[in-house]
Amino acid sequence: MFDGYTASELVSIFVMQGFAGLILFSVFLLMALGLAIIFGQMGVINMAHGEFMILGAYMTYLTSHVFKGAFPGIYGAYFLVAIVVAALAGAALGWLLEWALIRHLYHRPLDTLLATWGVSMILQQIYRSIFGAREVGVELPDWLMGAFHLSDTIELPVNGVFVFALTAAISTIILFMMFRSRWGLQVRAVVQNRPMAGAAGINGTRVDRMTFALGCGVASIAGAAFTMIGSTGPTAGQLYIVDTFLVVVFGGAQSLFGTIASAFSISQSQSSLEFFMSGSMAKVFTLLTVVGILLLRPQGLFVLKMRK
Amino acid sequence: MTSHPHVLPGRLAYFTGSRSERGALLAFAVLILVLLPLGLDVFRLNIFGKYLTYAFVAVGLVLCWGLGGILSLGQGVFFGLGGYCMAMFLKLEASDPVSTAIQSTPGIPDFMDWNQLTALPWFWEPFHSLAFTLVAVIVVPTVFAFVLGSALFHRRVGGVYFAIITQAVASILSILIVGQQGLTGGLNGITDLRTLLGWDIRSDAAKYVLYYVNAFLLLAVILGGAYIRNCKLGRILVGIRDQEDRVRFTGYNVAAFKTFIFCVAAAFSAIGGAMFTLQVGFMSPTFVGIVPSIEMVVFCAVGGRLSLVGAAVGTLVVNFAKTTFSESFPELWLFAMGALFIGVVSAFPLGLAGLYERHLAPRLSRWRQGGSAAAVLSSTPGE
Amino acid sequence: MSNNDFVLSVEDLTVSFDGFRAVDGLSFYVDTNELRVVIGPNGAGKTTVLDLICGKTKATEGSIKFKGQELTRMSEHEIVRAGVGRKFQTPSIYEDLTVFENLEVSLPRGRSVLGALAFRRDAEVVERIESVAEDIFLADLLDERAAVLSHGQKQWLEIGMLLIQSPELLMLDEPVAGMSLSEREKTAELLNRITPGRSVIVIEHDMKFVKHIAHKVTVLHQGKILSEGSLDKVQNDPRVIEVYLGH
Repeated sequence: MFDGYTASELVSIFVMQGFAGLILFSVFLLMALGLAIIFGQMGVINMAHGEFMILGAYMTYLTSHVFKGAFPGIYGAYFLVAIVVAALAGAALGWLLEWALIRHLYHRPLDTLLATWGVSMILQQIYRSIFGAREVGVELPDWLMGAFHLSDTIELPVNGVFVFALTAAISTIILFMMFRSRWGLQVRAVVQNRPMAGAAGINGTRVDRMTFALGCGVASIAGAAFTMIGSTGPTAGQLYIVDTFLVVVFGGAQSLFGTIASAFSISQSQSSLEFFMSGSMAKVFTLLTVVGILLLRPQGLFVLKMRK
Repeated sequence: MTSHPHVLPGRLAYFTGSRSERGALLAFAVLILVLLPLGLDVFRLNIFGKYLTYAFVAVGLVLCWGLGGILSLGQGVFFGLGGYCMAMFLKLEASDPVSTAIQSTPGIPDFMDWNQLTALPWFWEPFHSLAFTLVAVIVVPTVFAFVLGSALFHRRVGGVYFAIITQAVASILSILIVGQQGLTGGLNGITDLRTLLGWDIRSDAAKYVLYYVNAFLLLAVILGGAYIRNCKLGRILVGIRDQEDRVRFTGYNVAAFKTFIFCVAAAFSAIGGAMFTLQVGFMSPTFVGIVPSIEMVVFCAVGGRLSLVGAAVGTLVVNFAKTTFSESFPELWLFAMGALFIGVVSAFPLGLAGLYERHLAPRLSRWRQGGSAAAVLSSTPGE
Repeated sequence: MSNNDFVLSVEDLTVSFDGFRAVDGLSFYVDTNELRVVIGPNGAGKTTVLDLICGKTKATEGSIKFKGQELTRMSEHEIVRAGVGRKFQTPSIYEDLTVFENLEVSLPRGRSVLGALAFRRDAEVVERIESVAEDIFLADLLDERAAVLSHGQKQWLEIGMLLIQSPELLMLDEPVAGMSLSEREKTAELLNRITPGRSVIVIEHDMKFVKHIAHKVTVLHQGKILSEGSLDKVQNDPRVIEVYLGH
């Protein structure tokens, strides 16, 4: 498939596609980090995670409208506000969902999977009732348009660089919270030994709810980033859920660093392949490779050997 | 009481199981063999026939998920593979050179012609033969399940991981089918199927015949499932579900048992898929992907993940509700379906069959005992 | 006497988890008709040794020979079929099945998929199950669901599920945990009754119970053998006293 390209053209293609894949990487990574935290720490499979992402996308869409109507002068700033609005909305809905449903289903991971699928159907229908079945898109603010020119054949889109920087910041904050903050310590304590953590005065119920809300909030930020590569429809989240689960499993569910590496390799291979074949075949090829590797190495890429 | 109480009369007993199982099976047989055909016109009966093809998947899930604890979110793959095998045969028969004379390449399926294919792809060739097709309907999905199952189960992949990987497989296959329009008919699927060896499958008479073939096959599959559940293998599966290590350290090759039951569930689904194609007249990727696959799990869950007949009844109930609902309140349907998922899982994990066992069955037996003193005397006091 | 004359010879057995050597160069031998008790403080590696013998954990180094067969290269179900039975620390029985069905599932007939499909519950099967149930004091409870048994009865049931396979090496991890005094006595009697003709390894903390059953005691500490011999001998071994009382 590389016939007819010179070596330098190929380099340019891979660099450009690689940067084009950065937004996809960001969406995958933010989605997967949320899923991995929720699954890795609580053993809950959240099939409605895609709908949380879409919630963030709709929030971004709403924020852009509010800005256009009320503050047209500072329209360019809407995206920064939208990120915060999306994160808060996602976290609030996640908090509610954990309280209403998830906490009754701990230790039954397969059942949470089915129940949250039901949640995802309901959310989709709610989105359809409120925003309509048609896809909506947002206008990019001026400062996110255009590209940095690195050479004659290589240019980087500004929005890609911005979203990538945002993702890097959020991932760093999450890793920092998990491994350096008091809250992260509590989460890890609850995971390892719930009764003991309880005896040490940690409120496990509260930690669970916080964790779930955090995972959902991060997914909604992914939704804000998503508005830059696609338009938002009620069922758009479902298209990403399988890929995201694969990202988590492929990375090794216990390893947040593994999640980053796996999100990067999957999004980059998909983005690079898209130049040479149709989008759907690129996806088939990528997912097949991942599933094939998982058949041979089901524990994922990164896993600790543990004493059971 | 002639012989010892624990000795079973013979293997035949495994097919029928306990008295309440026998009763449920008989009632279900009467429903689908007598009541539905008498009460419905041929159009509606055909629709119920379509629902019953999903029941094959649900029955397979009872064995694999309810009994063995293996949740597959990719059963649509096997339903689809079975259905596509049958559809390929019917499509080739519908695409003879005479009726496709106006195409640029006569004698190949119409969608291939639209996609500028000029010859039949190699893997379509054997589907000229009905015998090959009937074998392929079962063998292709089962071999696929065997490869997937043995790779994963030998490496101890289970639970949530297995569910996610099967779901990914469903997603991949549906994207692949949609993407390879020239080879598979793409999003529209394989449509416009007319005859089976010259016999018009769209006629009313054919619809009745196919309905009954389907109904008898379903009953046979339920009986086969009952045998598996009631024989030693069924109890080993329950053991694997509840205490996998104990079974392994009792000398069983756990992976082999899991692979076996996954293959059985796949084969059942494939029969359902083939019967779907025959009764409905087309097959499309919308029955392969993640949404139909997970819906079929809910059919099973609503009916009762531990009850073979329950799962079949659940399939009928949910689909009937879906059709009725979505005709009159299309927006509400997704809410209802979502609520069904949540409700069944959190409040009624044993589904309709569980409700029956818990509430209706005791009342029925009280009523029966009150009805005749002889019944009280003859019923064994085996509590 | 060559080491191959023992039923079980464990030599230089080592397993490490992330550099931590849970079992460290362990060697010991068990004879036919012998009941060996393994004791040791928490984290000494007792359960890990059983895990290694039955294949649940793979050894990093060393060999485990059972009747001349190298177990470290066999899969779990092959090890069981070779004649090694193992009871877990918490009773693992099938709670949804009856006592009878629990024993039936454990019967070494119909162990392949096809065999399980063709298995028939004939008079011989029932007789065997009833005789084992008699041995484990559960003859009257055959039709009860296993979930309703007391903790001690569950322990017996799991022992019965192993006995029905007639293993030549039986490994029991804390078989009397959660049992009443009279149940402990009955279990001691049961173990003494079933030892002839096979080898038994028991992990146990209760020294009174150990005194009733032990032929020979092995004391583990930090993955190594601290002392081995008769109960009297190890109880008077200053190193053992040091480990148990020293800190």
